[in-house]
Amino acid sequence: MGLLNMTDIMETITMIQEEHLDIRTVTMGISLLDCADGDIEHSCGKVYDKVVRRAERLVQVCDGIEKKYGIPIINKRLSVTPVAVLAGASGGDPVRYALSLEQAANTVGVNFIGGFSALVHKGFSPGDRALIDAIPAALSETERVCSSVNIGSTKSGINMDAVALMGRTILETAERTADRQCIGAAKLVVFCNAVEDNPFMAGAFHGTGEPDCVINVGVSGPGVVRSALEKAPPHADLTAVAEIIKKTAFKITRMGQLVGVEASEMLGVPFGIVDLSLAPTPAVGDSVAHILEEIGLEQTGSCGTTAALALLNDAVKKGGVMASSSVGGLSGAFIPVSEDRGMIAAAESGSLTIEKLEAMTAVCSVGLDMVIVPGDTHADIISGLIADEAAIGMINGKTTAVRVIPAIGKNVGDALSFGGLLGRGPVMKIHAGLPSKMIERGGRIPAPLGSLRN
Amino acid sequence: MKAVITVIGKDMVGILAKVSATCADANANIIEVSQSVLQDYFAMVMLIDTENLNVDLARLDENLKKNVTGMQIHVMHEDIFNSMHRI
Repeated sequence: MGLLNMTDIMETITMIQEEHLDIRTVTMGISLLDCADGDIEHSCGKVYDKVVRRAERLVQVCDGIEKKYGIPIINKRLSVTPVAVLAGASGGDPVRYALSLEQAANTVGVNFIGGFSALVHKGFSPGDRALIDAIPAALSETERVCSSVNIGSTKSGINMDAVALMGRTILETAERTADRQCIGAAKLVVFCNAVEDNPFMAGAFHGTGEPDCVINVGVSGPGVVRSALEKAPPHADLTAVAEIIKKTAFKITRMGQLVGVEASEMLGVPFGIVDLSLAPTPAVGDSVAHILEEIGLEQTGSCGTTAALALLNDAVKKGGVMASSSVGGLSGAFIPVSEDRGMIAAAESGSLTIEKLEAMTAVCSVGLDMVIVPGDTHADIISGLIADEAAIGMINGKTTAVRVIPAIGKNVGDALSFGGLLGRGPVMKIHAGLPSKMIERGGRIPAPLGSLRN
Repeated sequence: MKAVITVIGKDMVGILAKVSATCADANANIIEVSQSVLQDYFAMVMLIDTENLNVDLARLDENLKKNVTGMQIHVMHEDIFNSMHRI
C-alpha cells in the first residue's frame, strides 16, 4: 500500500468501528463583540444574524468530512463571546439573548451553543451581575444554551462573593428544571482559570482574545486507550503503560488535527486548536474509569486512583503535543460521573466518593463534573464545594470546574437520568457540615504567591 | 487523491470481482490490492486513485455496500491513515 500498510489501516478501522474513536465535537467560535448595541432588541437581532451567517454551513461541511474520512463527528457546536459583555452594553433582561442564541442554534442545526457566560474572577460589572441573575430563567427556558461563570484565577484569586452567588444560582437552576431531571444545572459550569478556546460543553465560550471566528476540535477516544492497554503484556510496567497511552493519544490527536484543518479550510475560517481530551460517553467501552481499572485498580475510587489518573492525564498530553502544534482547550482526561459507565458503577457501589473525586480533579484536566448531589443540599455547601475546587485550580495554575446537579426532591439512593451524552447517575453523599460563616464573609481570597511571576 | 477501500467479513466467491466491477463503474483506478484469508475470515485492503471518479466518495461507498452484501465495507480518504500512522 505504498507508504501505508495493512496493519495500520486495520488498526484505524478497528478504532473507529469497535473502540468508539470519534471526533467528539467541531465547535465554531464566533465573536459577538460587533453585535453590541444600546438597544437589547437590536443587539439580539444582530446576534441571531451573525451566528446564522457564520455557522450556516457548519453542519453540512462536517457531514461531508465525516463521509470523506469515514470518521464520525458526533457533535457540531457553537461558542460565542460571553454574553455578559453584550448585556452590559445593552441593559435589559439577558434572557432575551439566551432566546436568540437558542433560535440561532435551532436554525443552523447544532445541539449546543455555549457562551451565556460571565467572567467575574475579580469582580462584577453590571452586565455580569444581570447575566448571573438571569441564568436560572435562561437555562429553564432554552434547551441548547449552555452557561458558564469564571469565579477565580491564579492571577487574581477567588471572588468569594461570586462563589456565594453561584451556589444559590445552581440550586435555583435545578429547582426551575426539577420537572426535567434538573437538567438546567447540567448546562451550567463554574470555573477557575477558564480557558478561552475550549470546544467542549457546557463550558465553551469564545474568549475576547480570540479571532472573529474560529474552528476548534475536541477529540475523544477512551475506548481506544483502554483497548491498547488491554493488548499490552499483562505485567508491563507503568513506564510501558505511559508509553502506550502516549502513542495512542498521538494517533487520536492527529486525526483531530486533520479534521480541524479540513473543516477550517472548507468554511474559510481560521483553525484554532485541537483539544485532546479523553472525553467518555455512557456507551459500553468508552469509559475513562475503565482505563484506570485496566491500569490495575479493582474499582475507580480506591487508593491508587489519583496516581493512575495523573499518569493517564500526563501521557495523553505528551502524545498529543507531539501530534499537533495547536493543542489547546482543556486537553487531558475528563472525569464526568454521569457520562462514564465506569464512573457511574463506582459511584453506585460506593467505591467513588465526592472527596476522592476532589482529589482526582487536582491531576485531571477539569474538575467535579456531572456530580449529582441531594436536592436539599444547602446553597452554602455547594458554594463551599466550588471554593474548594477553585482553590485547587488557583494554587496549581490549572483549570478546575464544578458542574453539580442538585437532584430536587431526591436523596442518596435515588438517581437522575438525563439521556444522551449527559447520561445518568446516582445521587452522591455530600458532607453535610455548613461552611456558611466562611461563605457569608464574602470578599476575595487573595491571589497566591505563584501569581507573582513577572 | 487516493482512497482506501476495506472489505471485511466471511469469505465467499466473487468478493474481489464485485468490488473491482463497482470501482470500474465509478471510474476508480485500482492501484494496489492486498488481501488475506484466515480460516473463513476475509480481509481486503484496496488503494484506489480517485482523481477521475465519476461519482463522489460517499456514493462509491453506498454502491459498494449495495453490490457486496454481507460484508463490512469502508471507503476512506487515504489522509486519515497517513496522518495517524506517519510522523
